[in-house]
Amino acid sequence: MFDFQIVTNWFDELLRGCMPEFWVLTIEFVLVGVILLTLYALIALALIYGERKICAFFQCRLGPNRVGTWGVLQPIADMFKILLKEIISINHIDKVLFYTAPFIVIASSFLAFGALPFGKGMQVLDFNIGIFYILAVSSLGIVGILMAGWASNNKFSMIGAMRSGAQLISYELSAGISLLTVVALAGTMQLCEIVEAQADGWFIFKGHIPAIIAFIIYLIAGHAETNRGPFDLPEAESELTAGYHTEYSGIQFGFFYLSEYLNMFIIAGIATTMFLGGWMPFHISGWDGFNAIMDYIPSVIWFFGKVTLLIFLSLWVRWTFPRLRIDQLLHLEWKYLLPINMVNLVVMAIIVVYGWHF
Amino acid sequence: MEKIKELISNKLPNAIIEEGKYLTITATKEDFRTLAEIVRQNDVLCFDYLAHICGVDKDGKLGVVYFLSSSADMSKNIVLHTSTDDREHPELFTVSDLWDTANINEREIYDFFGIRFINHPDMRRFFLSKEWKGFPLRKDYADENPLSLESVEIDDHLSRLTFENNEVIEAEEKVFEDEDYVVNIGPQHPATHGVLHYRVSLDGEIIKKVDPHCGYIHRGIEKLSEGLAYPQILHFTDRLDYLSSHINRHALCMCIEKAGEIEVPLRAEYIRMIMDELTRIASHLLGWSCMCMDMGALTAFIYGMRDREKILDIFEENCGGRLITNYNVIGGVMQDIRQDFQKQVSEYIKYQREKLKEYHAIYTGNVIARGRMEGVGIFSKEQAISFGVTGPAGRASGFHCDIRKVAPYSLYDKVKFNEVLRTEGDTFARYIVRLDEIEESLNIIEQLIDGIPDGDFRNKPKPIIKLPAGEYFQRVETARGEFGVYLVSDGEKTPSRLHFRSPSMTLVSAMDTISRGEKIADFIAIGGSMDYVVPDIDR
Repeated sequence: MFDFQIVTNWFDELLRGCMPEFWVLTIEFVLVGVILLTLYALIALALIYGERKICAFFQCRLGPNRVGTWGVLQPIADMFKILLKEIISINHIDKVLFYTAPFIVIASSFLAFGALPFGKGMQVLDFNIGIFYILAVSSLGIVGILMAGWASNNKFSMIGAMRSGAQLISYELSAGISLLTVVALAGTMQLCEIVEAQADGWFIFKGHIPAIIAFIIYLIAGHAETNRGPFDLPEAESELTAGYHTEYSGIQFGFFYLSEYLNMFIIAGIATTMFLGGWMPFHISGWDGFNAIMDYIPSVIWFFGKVTLLIFLSLWVRWTFPRLRIDQLLHLEWKYLLPINMVNLVVMAIIVVYGWHF
Repeated sequence: MEKIKELISNKLPNAIIEEGKYLTITATKEDFRTLAEIVRQNDVLCFDYLAHICGVDKDGKLGVVYFLSSSADMSKNIVLHTSTDDREHPELFTVSDLWDTANINEREIYDFFGIRFINHPDMRRFFLSKEWKGFPLRKDYADENPLSLESVEIDDHLSRLTFENNEVIEAEEKVFEDEDYVVNIGPQHPATHGVLHYRVSLDGEIIKKVDPHCGYIHRGIEKLSEGLAYPQILHFTDRLDYLSSHINRHALCMCIEKAGEIEVPLRAEYIRMIMDELTRIASHLLGWSCMCMDMGALTAFIYGMRDREKILDIFEENCGGRLITNYNVIGGVMQDIRQDFQKQVSEYIKYQREKLKEYHAIYTGNVIARGRMEGVGIFSKEQAISFGVTGPAGRASGFHCDIRKVAPYSLYDKVKFNEVLRTEGDTFARYIVRLDEIEESLNIIEQLIDGIPDGDFRNKPKPIIKLPAGEYFQRVETARGEFGVYLVSDGEKTPSRLHFRSPSMTLVSAMDTISRGEKIADFIAIGGSMDYVVPDIDR
């Protein structure tokens, strides 16, 4: 399997051969930043197109089909539209909070996005508390949402932000504990080691029952963290018009929109890395021939393939279920998911201690 | 009925009792309160359902007409009249404590006739703003309200009149307290089904009080009608509840036909009824899909709209219009049905039956949907009757109120169908009644579609229609409940007063009672399950 580190190491040595270390690092930082930003935007565009097409097929419609063949250029047209739109200035708002809120939301999702391992050797940050870092930065987004709701000076936004606060903080617990279950199994928090540990079987198979439970809970909690239906209460279009981003327009709204899609990708990416082996091909220990064939498929394709599958699952849920009510939402978390999760963690610990996993 | 008559003549010897098509009792201002109490609370037959309540300006007197039914036997009706000579400060006694539906209707009467109701809890104008000069439906009204482009604040003060020692005392109160967290739901809001404005005071997510604010799209149809000939008025009815356009128009046509003794060919009756039921299905489909959308299920919304489209196509081919069909005319229908109408409709029936299963699969059985709907927004049968909530919403509370059953018109006594009744009175009951009614409507159409007789589709009346002097009532069952026409004729070619009983208005008036103590998300779901249409309120 091709290790992308060969490319990065070669490039690093090339630069070091002709300039001092300060410039090498600067160039590398800028390059990585630009590549990630481009990837971020491209993935968002692809997701927007994918969602619109898929939801159209769920709803017996055609979806976008006028701009370009099968409407593939539609999200690009949308992007230009949103870039060109006027940013409407609103009276009686807290200007500082109002204008920084979208940046905090998008920055938190970008920070988490950067730490994902996209393929073998394709990871910007790989330090020993990788998963902990991702959890920490991705939950920063809630600060931006609360700020947006508070600063808008709008009652709907306020209710939306309060709902969002209650929802994200609750579901962060479930997401965290279900990931902890996998960390207990893997024995490490470093993302590359977690992926490597799944070389002879993904954790969802290795950890059997507790891993499957943790996987399902993580999907639910992660879905809730992305603020998408049936958990889209902070926006709740039919109740709160648009919730916390009611007052935003133009590219500021675009930031919220973008980060919502990317959060969906990040959640799917984390679930893939932790449960479905990340970029690791599908291996069955002992079947060497089969494993070798699987290795021919590049690691990037494995990663994006699994992520796409999970995103499709999340779209399916979103376009089928109606919205929950705030008390039902918290009920689900605090009375069902969290207790199940805690017991599950203990079960996993016992399994690991006695070595009952595969 | 004889006993009621006896009871009233014993207690109120001065009341004038007339027997025509309906038992009509006229009482003076002072006696009226006693009369209302007798009619509402007696052991013989208590008239607990106030169908119509409307103001009339006749012979220089400002009066109010009440059309009552008994929920035990909806075919038993009684009409009450009262009036006052005082045009400067007309005051009558309220009946809003006896029938809850009178609350909002008396505000409408105050708005249009200037009659103030003593002891009424909330005497504000309803459709017009506080600054409006004059009372439009009075005969001597001269318009002195230039078009204003100023922004007008919503009036938050209500006055309450009380009667003590033969003197009327006025007291002012506020609708909302200063510390209330009041949220505007509407007039521009994704879930109000039109230009309706609720002001909702919240305690966190929980609703404390709801105050509907109407009149954004009021067109004064009742006033306009007074200056137009009968055939000209017809097209207004399509624009009341535009989702039951065909049924509304059917009601007015029937009222005029009965009053003017114009015969309708049997073929026209068949066509009208099939179209009525198709309209009902289309309306219920839209109601169902909008409710699903209000609760966040967009896919279900699109499914409903997809199937409604088939009905609209049938309308388009046969009536010319899709939503506003303009199909009924006095004496029959505008034009004959097309040749393949029967085939189209039979195919549609088969198609829709299949799709109903799909609706249940995607939404009725969904665990989240059930959790959102069951046990939420409970409305008891007594409340439904008192608020005059009819149609699917009333039947979900167990109110036996289907006009097609209790006072059959057209050919409804010749077809077999079940009245869908449920007793829970919650959002889910209102939801499921609508889906079950689609099935019943399909059954009705199936019984009629192959038996459309040959013959004329229209009996052409004289070009100028004059109705004999008198008052006429006609009630029909639209998709939202009882729609009523009250017509007063002086023998001229224009009506002297035309009032429409709007089913949506009663639904909106009940929103406060139903949704108090529920969450704001439930408020939207309850609104969806009530399925009101705003132009029907703002006539």
